[in-house]
Amino acid sequence: MRKTLSGLLPILIPAVSLAVLLAAVFYMQPRAMSYNGLNLLFNLAVPIALATIAQMIIMAVNDLDLSMGTFVSFAACVTAVYMPQQPLVAILILAGAVGIYALLGVIITLRDLPSIVVTLGMSFVWGGLAVLILPAPGGQAPVWLRALMVSKPTLVPMAIVASVVIAVIAHLLIMRSTFGVLLRGVGGNSRSVGRAGWSVLALKGAAYATAAVFAVLAGMALVGLTTSADANIALRYTLLSIAGVILGGGEFVGGRVSPIGAVIGALTLTLAGSFLSFLRISPDWQIGAQGGILIIVLALRLGINRGSRQEKTS
Amino acid sequence: MNSFRLLARKPWTWSFVAAFATWIVTILFTGGASTASLSQATLTFAAFSVIVGLGQMLVITLGPGNVDLSVPATITLSGTVALKLMDGQDNMILLGLAASIAIGLVIGVLNYALIKFLRIPPIIATLSMSFLVQSSAIWYNRGLRVKPPEALATFSTSSTLGVPNTAIIALLLSLAVWWLLDRSMFGRWISAIGQNAFAARMAGIAVDGCRLATYVICAVLASLCGYLLASFSGGAALNMGAEYLLMSIAVVVIGGSAVAGGNSNVPGIWGASLFMFLVVSMLNTYGFGAGVRLIMTGLIIICVIVAASRPAGSTR
Repeated sequence: MRKTLSGLLPILIPAVSLAVLLAAVFYMQPRAMSYNGLNLLFNLAVPIALATIAQMIIMAVNDLDLSMGTFVSFAACVTAVYMPQQPLVAILILAGAVGIYALLGVIITLRDLPSIVVTLGMSFVWGGLAVLILPAPGGQAPVWLRALMVSKPTLVPMAIVASVVIAVIAHLLIMRSTFGVLLRGVGGNSRSVGRAGWSVLALKGAAYATAAVFAVLAGMALVGLTTSADANIALRYTLLSIAGVILGGGEFVGGRVSPIGAVIGALTLTLAGSFLSFLRISPDWQIGAQGGILIIVLALRLGINRGSRQEKTS
Repeated sequence: MNSFRLLARKPWTWSFVAAFATWIVTILFTGGASTASLSQATLTFAAFSVIVGLGQMLVITLGPGNVDLSVPATITLSGTVALKLMDGQDNMILLGLAASIAIGLVIGVLNYALIKFLRIPPIIATLSMSFLVQSSAIWYNRGLRVKPPEALATFSTSSTLGVPNTAIIALLLSLAVWWLLDRSMFGRWISAIGQNAFAARMAGIAVDGCRLATYVICAVLASLCGYLLASFSGGAALNMGAEYLLMSIAVVVIGGSAVAGGNSNVPGIWGASLFMFLVVSMLNTYGFGAGVRLIMTGLIIICVIVAASRPAGSTR
């Protein structure tokens, strides 16, 4: 019993902070406690959750992707421009982009490059490509994508269903599959994974490619919600995705990540935005309050962690 | 020949080679007509990147995960507060400078307080702090557009003996940081912390004191940059710091300092800052559109990093 509890703890803390924030929102705006209310609150969480999972996969192999925001924007632009009329072109471009990500993973490993700088450079490239594809805001969402994103399943809103699906798929992929175990092994100790006969090079390439697939999905989901795109549509996702992973109990090094936690972290960040608009804080302080919430949640995590550690030692 | 080989082994050589090559290519295009003005502009704008880059370099030296993302917000807040305080009066210049340094001190201490007492990873701690600082700047600025004092504006836009004053200030600050990093005990300490924090602590180094001092120095340099930048561009703007987030990290790494910390150098900051500005002006000179310009900038950065790298596993 104790063992299952300590195994659950890393996910428990983000879940509790999400629940507290949700309770606060309901307290201030009881009307949000409905099907439509929940849908509105969490709508934009779907692309953020996908981007957070993408960032988490990169962080699982001890790297960091500073181009996440521009890449999601790029994927959104490709989707909005080509997907409705020329789906084949769109799919080819996006597949090519995934290939480039795999190549980045390989180059970073081969030449022992700092991922921060390479992805920093790539953020310019993705930004430039997005501007070339879509110089002014516009484009349109493919009908099927729009239908999927605004569909209304009975009982539970789409945003919640999608978040749960994302969390389950990512959990199975990263925590349960051989591939996931190897990825986290590369983050934990790449040399021993190599000694055990696996190719670290191939694993890193695969990690980057998988992350790119999730990031592409994030871009597509975003277009499905907003029905159009522009080159700067998702720039803040870079920092949001990193914050989401950390909020969800992930760490920068050591392959310690939690997919379910990451999705919860993304939901928490999205909800923090809605919470602030309910608080009627002056627009000047909106961003600042978001920083404040981030600090408070992380401080709570520290407090709870400390409490549980004392329990263990006593 | 021997000295040449010695130079080739220095980690910062590549950034200067790249900067020089870009300079030549740009000048060739204009037929040498704009040599002086290009060099002047490069020195002026590189100076701002150098000032923030120096601080970021010290923070990155502290080891993996150490980076200060509050640099842009600090630049903005410092520029905003200093200009509003000086209110265009020449006799308030020093007071404005003191205010902006004080802002840097406070932000640096708060950053490290979050890292130390709440055990928040530096990236997230400085990010959260930057949100708070940016909000303070928005609230304080309130659409005001105050001009800098006449004397200060003249100083920051003019040159001494053909060298822009901002570049001279950046050079003085670089010398100070160089001394701090390469000649003082403090520099040995932060490099030791970056190489192995545990070993450094065992060796009796005051790890917390060093890290606190480093984050404070970084924030103060950023606020100095904000003060100068606001004076130079004739007023503070809420987005004036934005481009220095990526810039400050890029110049450190392109300059040949180790991203994993523990091994940094000051000359590389200059090489990389000159290079970064020259790339932009080269692409501008050639008349590329915004999209192509961005793509080229990114590819050039990656090429420089790859060229300066060694295959994995090789020893230095």
